[in-house]
Amino acid sequence: MSEFPPTTERIATELPSGGQRPPAGHRPVVVPQRHPWRWVSAALVLFLAAVGVYILVTNPNFNWPVVWEYLFSEKILSGVVVTLELTAIAMVIGCLIGVLLAGMRLSPNPIVSRGAALYIWFFRGTPILVQLIFWYNLAALFPSISIGIPFGGEAFASVSANTLIKPFTAAVLGLGLNEGAYMAEIVRAGMNSVDEGQVEAGRALGLRRLQIMRRIVMPQAMRFIIPPTGNETIGMLKTTALVSVIALSDILYSAQQIYAQNFETIPLLIVASLWYLAITSVLTMIQGRIEARFNRGAVSAFYGGAAAASATKRRTLRGLFELRGAAGEDDK
Amino acid sequence: MTSNGDMLVAEEVHKSFHGLEVLRGVDLRVKRGEVVCLIGPSGSGKSTFLRCINHLEKMDSGRIHIDGSLVGFRPDGDRLREVGEREVAEKRASIGMVFQRFNLFPHMTAMENVTMAPVLVKGEKRDAAAIRARELLTRVGLADKLDSYPAFLSGGQQQRVAIARALAMNPKLMLFDEPTSALDPELVGEVLDVMKRLAKDGMTMVVVTHEMAFAREVGDMVIFMADGQIVEQGPPGEVLGNPRHERTRSFLAKTL
Ligand SMILES: Nc1ncnc2c1ncn2[C@@H]1O[C@H](COP(=O)(O)OP(=O)(O)OP(=O)(O)O)[C@@H](O)[C@H]1O
Ligand SMILES: [Mg+2]
Repeated sequence: MSEFPPTTERIATELPSGGQRPPAGHRPVVVPQRHPWRWVSAALVLFLAAVGVYILVTNPNFNWPVVWEYLFSEKILSGVVVTLELTAIAMVIGCLIGVLLAGMRLSPNPIVSRGAALYIWFFRGTPILVQLIFWYNLAALFPSISIGIPFGGEAFASVSANTLIKPFTAAVLGLGLNEGAYMAEIVRAGMNSVDEGQVEAGRALGLRRLQIMRRIVMPQAMRFIIPPTGNETIGMLKTTALVSVIALSDILYSAQQIYAQNFETIPLLIVASLWYLAITSVLTMIQGRIEARFNRGAVSAFYGGAAAASATKRRTLRGLFELRGAAGEDDK
Repeated sequence: MTSNGDMLVAEEVHKSFHGLEVLRGVDLRVKRGEVVCLIGPSGSGKSTFLRCINHLEKMDSGRIHIDGSLVGFRPDGDRLREVGEREVAEKRASIGMVFQRFNLFPHMTAMENVTMAPVLVKGEKRDAAAIRARELLTRVGLADKLDSYPAFLSGGQQQRVAIARALAMNPKLMLFDEPTSALDPELVGEVLDVMKRLAKDGMTMVVVTHEMAFAREVGDMVIFMADGQIVEQGPPGEVLGNPRHERTRSFLAKTL
């Protein structure tokens, strides 16, 4: 580096001699740009993190022993199960309704498509919190209403079903029906991303509308539907915390019940947060895996089994050879 | 109304989009085994007419018979009633269509592209459909690409798969909408070759094309369309070599 300082002066003197290469061994060496501000900003972030940790550790109000005491307590764990169940069931309902609504919106029948639009307008236009309370009170109004959602009761065997079922149904309905409106838009966007020519080709071959949807449009739309659905699932996990307002013992409500008795509010909120963090981390990881699978080599991920994979590999190899070829040229 | 030798008879076909009349009374007769090439300036309604033939586009008035029967409609006195989706689909199944942009299904291999419709629409057995698909793909010169996805095929190869896909339904009539216009020049030949062989084998074909050499060589009849009407029709030698109408002449002057 020292034998060849890349000064502007030198570049200036060399340029006019155009075409002439400097003798071998005297080629300019690339000196990476320096980034002093990176060090400053990194130091700042580290400092703030240290302050944060210091506060967390030294402020006795965080009361870490209490956090550890309750983190794996039975009540909290059953809350975790309820939250997971709610998330899963609400997402399944949401996806089913979403596909149905998206199909309805694309229907040539204006009443059907307007109906779907109305649904979406209503459920996206009112706060989910209001919807939850509404369903909860509806359940209180009509206690005999039964909806065929299979939640078998196996997970909350320890708690009396009588006290749980009504809020749980309300919660699942509220979250699922609301999610359906959002999923409908995601599914619709996915379907719209599929080229119109695909539908035409299907029609020209004599396929019917539903066959075209199932065999041609949906498989291609999935690439666009799956990533945002992952985001929705993570969002749903956090949204389920709202069900504490209808006295359903999810993570948050379980924590609230405990601190209502022992007044350890902050530690129990930390317990709840830790669980949410842990679950979102796992979900994010899963989502990352799925997205990586779907993005690998754009086409190959989705369309290809072995054929596509080997094509990707070939491309990488060719890339390597090209690099090597270029290096070889340079050496001459 | 239709003599036995006619595969396609179109009478007084009209079609408007939002008040713009795109087809203004098109009449056409195509005999069994005949190859008709449709030429004309952009926007003259060639694609629209082709799409009316297999009812991808619903005409406003007129009638189109394929092999003696109506597509998409059923006669009811002096009116035509549109029929249900299932019936239209059945009729369409006997009319093959090849698009300018191939429109292969990207999530299926060449084989799957070709076997899907026979299995789903005609209820053919998977094995039988696969044997036939292999045969067709071999016929279009793609015996070594059976398991390739469209993304890994050249434009010419994709278009040949698309032709095989249409042929798999054993169509009575094949419609081609500028099948080579989206291809690099060096790939045009391989697709035209397949089409020539198809014509030689006796397939009835309606081909919208800008390939005048193809029209001259393969076409039994050339139709020149402009502004939603057929301006001139006849044997290729006459229409292309000795056009009678001024519009035809100026169009040909521009394309040659
Ligand atoms: N779905 C549609 N909605 C509205 N207008 C349309 C539609 N399809 C076609 N048109 C219009 O109809 C006219 C004829 O179009 P068409 O595609 O049939 O022409 P073409 O002869 O095939 O032209 P090209 O050579 O460019 O393919 C054009 O003006 C076009 O804009
Ligand atoms: Mg066209």
